[in-house]
Amino acid sequence: MRHIISILIENESGALSRVSGLFSARGYNIESLTVAPTEDPSLSRMTIVSIGSNDIIEQITKQLNKLIEVVKVVDLSEAAHIERELMLVKLRATGKDREEIKRISDIFRGRIIDVTESTYVIELTGNGAKLDAFLSAIESSLILETVRTGVSGIGRGDRILKV
Amino acid sequence: MQLTGAEIVIRCLQEEKVEYVFGYPGGSVLYIYDELFKQDKFKHVLVRHEQAAVHAADAYSRSSNKIGVCLVTSGPGVTNAVTGIATAYMDSVPMVVISGQVPTAYIGQDAFQECDTVGITRPCVKHNFLVKDVKDLAITLKKAFYLAKTGRPGPVLVDVPKDITIQKCEFHYPKTISMRSYNPVVKGHTGQIKKAVQLLLGAKRPVIYAGGGVILSDASERLAKLAHSLGFPVTNTLMGLGGYPSTDGQFLGMLGMHGTVEANMAMQNCDVLLAIGARFDDRVIGNPAHFGEVARKIIHIDIDPSSISKRVKVDVPIVGNLPDVLDEILHQLEAADGKPDAKALATWWKQIEEWRAKKSLNYKQGKDIIMPQFVVETLYEVTGGDAYVTSDVGQHQMWAAQYYKFDKPRRWINSGGLGTMGVGLPYAMGVKFANPKATVACITGEGSIQMNIQELSTCKQFHLPVKILCLNNGYLGMVRQWQEMFHGNRYAESYVDALPDFVKLAEAYGHVGIRVTKPADVEPAIREAFVKHKNDLVFLDFLTDKTANVFPMVAAGKGLSEMILAEDL
Repeated sequence: MRHIISILIENESGALSRVSGLFSARGYNIESLTVAPTEDPSLSRMTIVSIGSNDIIEQITKQLNKLIEVVKVVDLSEAAHIERELMLVKLRATGKDREEIKRISDIFRGRIIDVTESTYVIELTGNGAKLDAFLSAIESSLILETVRTGVSGIGRGDRILKV
Repeated sequence: MQLTGAEIVIRCLQEEKVEYVFGYPGGSVLYIYDELFKQDKFKHVLVRHEQAAVHAADAYSRSSNKIGVCLVTSGPGVTNAVTGIATAYMDSVPMVVISGQVPTAYIGQDAFQECDTVGITRPCVKHNFLVKDVKDLAITLKKAFYLAKTGRPGPVLVDVPKDITIQKCEFHYPKTISMRSYNPVVKGHTGQIKKAVQLLLGAKRPVIYAGGGVILSDASERLAKLAHSLGFPVTNTLMGLGGYPSTDGQFLGMLGMHGTVEANMAMQNCDVLLAIGARFDDRVIGNPAHFGEVARKIIHIDIDPSSISKRVKVDVPIVGNLPDVLDEILHQLEAADGKPDAKALATWWKQIEEWRAKKSLNYKQGKDIIMPQFVVETLYEVTGGDAYVTSDVGQHQMWAAQYYKFDKPRRWINSGGLGTMGVGLPYAMGVKFANPKATVACITGEGSIQMNIQELSTCKQFHLPVKILCLNNGYLGMVRQWQEMFHGNRYAESYVDALPDFVKLAEAYGHVGIRVTKPADVEPAIREAFVKHKNDLVFLDFLTDKTANVFPMVAAGKGLSEMILAEDL
């Protein structure tokens, strides 16, 4: 099953490699991993998407908690949560395609953030499935380049991950 | 007052009341060695290879419950130390390793004797640090000692670049430390303990399965108290030996791949299992699916939550410090209304006695060839069971574990998790430094001993009269045993050709060497070594049966009750 694990970790050099090293050393799977400092610059927040049985996810959370620099670990997918991913897509946009791409982008609530005579860059936010859906709605030969941030997640309502 | 980084390192070690630092100098740690030279509060033990420094510090820690400290230089100093660090990590031994690093400005430039120490050691330390500012040095060392000892113990490494050792700052060594990201649990969950007590009182076929955690947390007296108050059988893992007295009537011996019939059968067939500071590893329970075929309730007490329900699903997990949790269990047992089911226990013990009657450790000692088991048994008798015994890794390690009956904790020092050949001699050194008056025996083989044989020189320099008992069968015995049993007698590279004359070798290093070839000479030779040559290092080279195998044996992937016994072959 797919799980979204959120981690608060001391913002120190090497912290990321402790987490990624743990996953590779113990053979756990990482679908995506995002990390950036929080409003408190001494802490970073990571979101890891992993796929595994409940037993494996339990081990992953325990092993993450065991890392000395990890302050808190939460499995967001245990309860109501929101996940978002940002994608930037560069498309070949010439002739009648320019209008068609603009229309599809609007339907997906994307924004065109760079325009040249022959290309668009579109910014799109959503869960992974929405981003996938957008890509499949576009003629594949028009897709020049894509970059995705991986999932960021947050609990709904009163669920708060903070020190 | 302003101190240099090198002075700060020394002062921190003094503040921690360190007695010995095991190490080897080199370019990056020259300033630290210079300050070390100027002080006399702790001693430095110069080894002949960094691996041995770490093993010696490790055994110093295992045999005393103090923190072993080692000091190595950058690059090859560290890479040589890695085997020792990984060995300590696998057995949760508290230790602090200080390593030199190239100057900060050179890091990442492939400087001479540079390596990514923090990167290389990351997977085999509890935690590690690279000190980037001299102002962080003292607090980092404080954290290292704190982390090494608390929670589930383990080695902690502090990497100190050379320029940091000459920069100055105010020295202040914090008395206590707290880290928001590190708060190990001490007390067990009362509700879970209550459930555990109910299960224990209702048990018909109980077993207490105790591991190295009992020794690491100094919980052996409480374990004995608990076992005696319940009247339950106890088995120890390889790492747990000595955590429960081996000569006690409730002791079933070691369990696992080379465990006794009574220990393994009881473990497999019990209805309530109390696991204490043990981790159900592959060498202990064999195939987890086979182990799971019998329904039983499992209570698991461990300081490390990630050890619980890792390989075997547990019914009552209790995370906490063993002495605290055992105290609470004892307390609740006293307050409880019920008593253990005496009738069911009597039936269970009757069954266990039947298994015990198989005498699965029996072997035959003839007149001509020395059986390795006999050497260990004789050592036990001559030393009155009171020696500190270190071992290397292989058949001799298993025979030492099976035939030397440890009654006290911290007496049996071996590499259980990583299984590192070459630990035996440096382990004996570390034990001797921690326990100068103790009798120390190193049971080894002709393969393992050669992996750190250079330490005979260290033993000479520091007058360490340890006794080395080499069970020399001319083979990498455990490899040979597996090749015989599972690889059609194809002895690929397991024969150790061109062995040195160990007697002459010992003599060349300035020690005493004795070769023993006949069973009748075993006891006199051991007496000679331990009595006449009490103050010498003696290398006893026993030429033993080349074909002896370790039994019982649970083959890899098999279940605990599927043992191969000596009589089966």
